Amino acid sequence: MNPNPRIIAFCCCNCAYAAADLAGSLRVAYDPEITIVAIPCTGAVEPAVVLSAFEEGADGVFVAGCLDGECRYKSGNLRARERVQTLRAALEHIGLEAERLEMYQVSAAMAARFGEIAGEFAARIRGLPPSPVRQRGKSGVSGVDRG
Amino acid sequence: MIVAEAKSFAEVAEMVSSFPRLLVAACAGCTAICGVGGVRQAEELAAALRIHFRIRGVALETEVAGVTRQCEPEFIEELAAAVGRTGAVLSLGCGVGVQFLADRFPQVPVFPALNTRFVGGLAAPGTWEERCRLCGDCILHLTGGICIRARCAKGILNGPCGGSQDSRCEVGDDVPCAWSLVWERLSALGRFELLAQIRRPRNWANGNGGPRSSGGASG
Repeated sequence: MNPNPRIIAFCCCNCAYAAADLAGSLRVAYDPEITIVAIPCTGAVEPAVVLSAFEEGADGVFVAGCLDGECRYKSGNLRARERVQTLRAALEHIGLEAERLEMYQVSAAMAARFGEIAGEFAARIRGLPPSPVRQRGKSGVSGVDRG
Repeated sequence: MIVAEAKSFAEVAEMVSSFPRLLVAACAGCTAICGVGGVRQAEELAAALRIHFRIRGVALETEVAGVTRQCEPEFIEELAAAVGRTGAVLSLGCGVGVQFLADRFPQVPVFPALNTRFVGGLAAPGTWEERCRLCGDCILHLTGGICIRARCAKGILNGPCGGSQDSRCEVGDDVPCAWSLVWERLSALGRFELLAQIRRPRNWANGNGGPRSSGGASG
């Protein structure tokens, strides 16, 4: 339904970003539609930043952090997981499918697993229609009376 | 502290649906501490509203601004310029903040993004419990520091009532009987004699007609 999705991946530089890097070194192919944003910890991903990604036209967003118990900052990954859960519910109210947002947990050594989750998420987003936010675009909306 | 909860997104979206420009006003006071009224939450709500309306083909411009407290005129004044640029205000303050904004900026509509619940304290992270009913006639020195007006379901002054079973209130949900707590506290303090005294009904004529005030305009 959406052959060329825009996917943003917020990846913790202590685990998932390193795993993506290692995947490249090991020639593990992962979806080219994914734009990776390195972050110091998934606990630093604020909900407003994720919403900004959707507002700018992302079809899907995933947050990838450390495995349970391996966060450099103790609990940033757990907080991120809770935030993602809350945001998924919020997306439904806003008018976007909850499936467009996901949280994954990998270690820095799990290059193959990173390739798997990237492929799995990209396939999911390809199965959804293009983001209605992007379809509308900034020029596709009117400022007229909504009353 | 004033405890507030976020209104449902659908309710907020409906409220502001006919305004193309919106000031989302945060408060750094009680509602920010509750995790529903700070600048972060204001930015999240503003982004969510913009996306919501854009999907429906309508442009919404938002501006986010926060003040130290929305319940003080000198802080509200900081919003004057932003209010001038927008046609409506969505307040993430408590009910007092919303009213102060509406008083200061009568030319624009002010909408509440929160439901103001009660005065309470932090019982667990993210969980607040009502501990004061703001009655203006404190008797905590007679009840071992336990407010029976706020914590007894019936608010009775001479308890416990017949609904107290195994130190639990008959309203259910494992709510402790406030009068049972009073009994335990006064027992520990060795002040049983306070329980033997019959409390007279509260004097409701004491400052409860209309909005109360303190300081120079004491009521």
